This record gives sequence, C-alpha cells and structure tokens, in this order.
Amino acid sequence: MSALLECRGLTLRAGAREFVANLSFAVNAGERWAVLGPNGAGKTTLLLALAGVRRADAGRIELAGRPVGDWRIDALAERRALVTDRWIDPFAASVLDTVLTARYRYDGADDDGVRLAREALAAVDCAELAERDVRTLSRGERQRVAIATAIAQATPLVLLDEPIAHQDPRHQALVLARLAQLADRTLIASMHDVNAAAAFATHALLLSGRGAWRAGPAHETLRAELLSELFATRIAVVAADGRRLFFVAGPD
Amino acid sequence: MRRSAAKPSAPLLALVAAAVGAIVAALFVGSFDAPAADVFAALAGGRSSPLAAVVLDLRLPRALSAFAVGGLLALAGAILQALLRNPLADPYVLGVSGGAAVAALAALAAGAGVATMQAASAAGALATLALLFVLARRAFFTRDALRGESSATGVLLTGVMIAAFAAAILSLALTLATDTQLRTMVFWLLGDLAGATDLRMALAAVVLLAATVAVAAKRARALNLMLRGDVLAYTQGVDVERTRRALVLVAAIATGAAVTLAGAVGFVGFVAPHLVRMAIGNDQRALLPGAAVAGGLLVVVADTAARTVAAPVQLPVGVVTALVGVPVFLWLLRRV
Repeated sequence: MSALLECRGLTLRAGAREFVANLSFAVNAGERWAVLGPNGAGKTTLLLALAGVRRADAGRIELAGRPVGDWRIDALAERRALVTDRWIDPFAASVLDTVLTARYRYDGADDDGVRLAREALAAVDCAELAERDVRTLSRGERQRVAIATAIAQATPLVLLDEPIAHQDPRHQALVLARLAQLADRTLIASMHDVNAAAAFATHALLLSGRGAWRAGPAHETLRAELLSELFATRIAVVAADGRRLFFVAGPD
Repeated sequence: MRRSAAKPSAPLLALVAAAVGAIVAALFVGSFDAPAADVFAALAGGRSSPLAAVVLDLRLPRALSAFAVGGLLALAGAILQALLRNPLADPYVLGVSGGAAVAALAALAAGAGVATMQAASAAGALATLALLFVLARRAFFTRDALRGESSATGVLLTGVMIAAFAAAILSLALTLATDTQLRTMVFWLLGDLAGATDLRMALAAVVLLAATVAVAAKRARALNLMLRGDVLAYTQGVDVERTRRALVLVAAIATGAAVTLAGAVGFVGFVAPHLVRMAIGNDQRALLPGAAVAGGLLVVVADTAARTVAAPVQLPVGVVTALVGVPVFLWLLRRV
C-alpha cells in the first residue's frame, strides 16, 4: 500500500536559511504525527508545504501518489484540510456559517453540510456556540471553531498548526483526544507540549531548524535524550499519576 | 435543513425600488417642469411635444447614464475594498481612470469632440489596465497561494503609482491647456454627465452594469472566503489567483466604462459600498449587488440635483456627490 503522504528529499528555505534539508518520511492512513521543534524550526512552513500552499525549494511532496502541486485546487480541498492560527473574521457571521465555509466546494448544493458542521462543532466542545457571532468568541474558542471547520471539510488528511496553543488544560486534552477519535482521518499536528504530543501521536517528526530531522514511531522519537538535544534544554522522564511524563528540568 | 447560497434580501429590493423611483423622478424634474401625462406619453413613444423630446433625448439617457455610472463605480469600489482588504480603496486606486483621463484630455487638447474623447478614454482605460497586469504580473500569475497576502498589496501599490503618474501628466495638461479647453477638462475631471445624452450608450452602460454585477456576484462566495484569509480560502478549494484576476478585471472594466461615460465622478465608488456595508454587513453576496444599486441611486439623485439646484447653471455631478455624500457619511459613521 502506498503512503497517503510522502516527502522525498524535501528542502525548505527562508532567505539564506535552510531549516529543512533533504527530509524524507512517509505518512500512512490512520497515523497521527506530532511535529516538534524549537521556535523558528520551520514547523508552520512545513505544514504549508505539505498542504500545497507553499512550494518546496527542492524535493517532492506526494499526496496519494501524486505531486501535491499537480492536484487541482478543488480536488486538493477534498483531500486535505489545514488549520492555522491566522484566521480573520471580516464580518458578522454565526459560528455555524463560519464552519460551513469548509463546504465551499459543494457550491451550496450540500445536504450534509449543516449536519457535518454541527458534528464537528460538537467534537471540539463548541456545540452550544453554533448560533453565536464568531467575532464574540475568545481566542481559545475561536481556535476550536477553526479546528471544527477543518473537520467539517471531511478530508482524509488534516494538517494542524499548534492546535492547542490557546486551549485551557481541559481543552488541550479534550481537543487532541477527540481528534484522535475521528474515524478515517490522518493527522499531522505541530505542537510544543511534549506530553500532549506523547499522548496524541503514533509518530513524531523532530525538526532542528538547522536542517537536521528525525522521523519515526513515537516510542523511537519521543525520547528524553532526543528531546533534550532538540530543544537544547534538559528534559527528563518522571513518573506521576501512574504515567511516564516528560519534565522540563531547565538548561542545567 | 438547507441553507441556500442566495438569500432574498429586503434591503436590496428596497434599494432597487428607490433607484427606479429616482430615475422616474429625474424625468419630471428640470428646467422645464414636465406634467406626468406628457412624460408618460413620451415614454409610450410619442415625440409630439418639445417636452417629450427633452424627456426622451436628454433626461432619460442622462438618468440611465447616471445610474450606470454610479453602479459601475460603486461595484468597482466594493470589489477593490474587499480584494485589497483596504477600506480606503476606491475605483481610482488601480490607476485605470487616470490612464483614461490622460487619453481623454489628450484627445480634448487635440480638438476632438465628445465621441472621440470617449473613445480615447476607453482606449486609455484598457491600455492602463494592460499596463497594470504587466507591471503587477507577479501578483496576478502565480500558483503560490501564500504570496497572495502580499500580492494584494503589490496590485494596490502598482495601481497607486500608475494613478500618481497619470495625475502628474494631467496637471501638466491643465497647465498647458487654453482657457476654453481648461473648463471642459476640469468638468471632465470632476465628473460630469452633461454629455451623456446618447440613449444607446446609456442602455449599453446599463447592460454592462448588469453583466459586471453578475460576473462579480458569481465570485462573491469565493471573495467571502478570501476575506477570511487567502491561505484558508485556497485550502478550502478557492482558486485565489484566478478569482483575484477576474475581479480586478471586472473592477477595471467597470471603472473604465464609467469614466468614459461621465469622467471621474468622485466619492460614490468609495462611499456607496461603505453605506451598504453599514446597513447590511460585509457579506459580499449581498454587498456587491447592493453597492451597485446604491451607487446608481446616489448618482441619479446627485445628478438631478446638479442640473436643477443652480439651474440654468449645471454643476459637475462629482461635486454634488461629495458635497451631499460627505455629511451624510459622517452622520452615519457617528450613529453606527
């Protein structure tokens, strides 16, 4: 079986800086990937490239066996959704109508749209916000609505840029757990919380920001010594509440 | 439950009714008072009286031209305010009207009549549009959707530079013009419908208005998504570059046509979209047609005032739109 998403020799640059060099990894259907790396390591840029929004500076990205740049824009919208934190709410619109923007490709002839949108809102604990004006939401609520919008797009692949950055502790766990429960979805999410990543991900991609990278199953990649090196700070494993947790011990 | 894309909108219907009313009223008002019976007789096809000739040959084409000019400018303004995400945008930021004005005034200086001047204006508008696409081609022809955020700025800055260059040439033309030419030039630059008395051209402009509104309205959903961010719109299936190209083209053609017909009527293209936005919000599906009808209404009323308030002296309609529009706009701004 061929991979859902595959990168071969992918290189991404910003100006003279090459933060992703010769990256090769494959994502199979049903996997959940966490992308980790220090600030400026290129996590967002990588997600934009995987989504076909930004061009690769070298190498290829294939979605379902076909270069992502060769897909028609509307066909691509059926296969991958992207959540960024760069949302703009230019006019008064209900939360439900905002989520329904994900159904653009159906051109109004979309009988399932409202049902899918409500289900997506319920999945991220926003069911009761459906009729609210989207501009009255808090940052955390608005981020969950953005995630619901991507879910309602009903794509096999969902790319999420720091989906829990604005969530309170309860919703950090809830959002990631609900995302993991979605049937038939493959997820790639960047995040900074190592413990959240460990609870969520089946696989991880570590980006150093200087070209080096490591990709693989979570038990091989989410290890204290690798993470300590990645973030240039001492990260230890401690036991708490019957679980193994990463503890950021600090620079020394 | 199903939500249809096109909401029947009461404000839009009210605007259409008001516009029709204003056009009909414009037929009655003027230096000659026209009794209702004569106006209707004239509309029914009779040219029996001199008054009927005034109504059919002067007032009707002029009122229709006014409606078309206002509608085209307001549509262009609404499109550009959304596309450039800039509330200060108006039809003239693309520089198309500046190019049209340069060509029109050049024709005038060479001693051309109204028809030649209008042809020159249309040619100038199209040439400037071509120049805009060449100079800002990186913003228009790229599949790199991420660049979209900055390419709107690229279009804006290129247009503003073209407009500034055209303004410099216009100043030069005004400096060098003879006294008799100067008056015609100034009226043209301020926007003036006195020459818009050709019924066929007026009808053609109304048809063009309907066509441009239809083309723009078809892309209103895409524009709504682009307002929420080009990257998001692109990932949801909007062809951002193609939509931007089509809408800039529509805005430029609308502006060029309006300027060709009546010169650079000011203010309406900026203010009509804002007035409609204050009333019904920024949903482009309602805003684009609403702004077009409101702009048409505004110029019909302003032009009727322009040719009656100081009669027999006719004021340039562009002066009236601003003189009446600015206080109204400021009053509304304080209320919202």
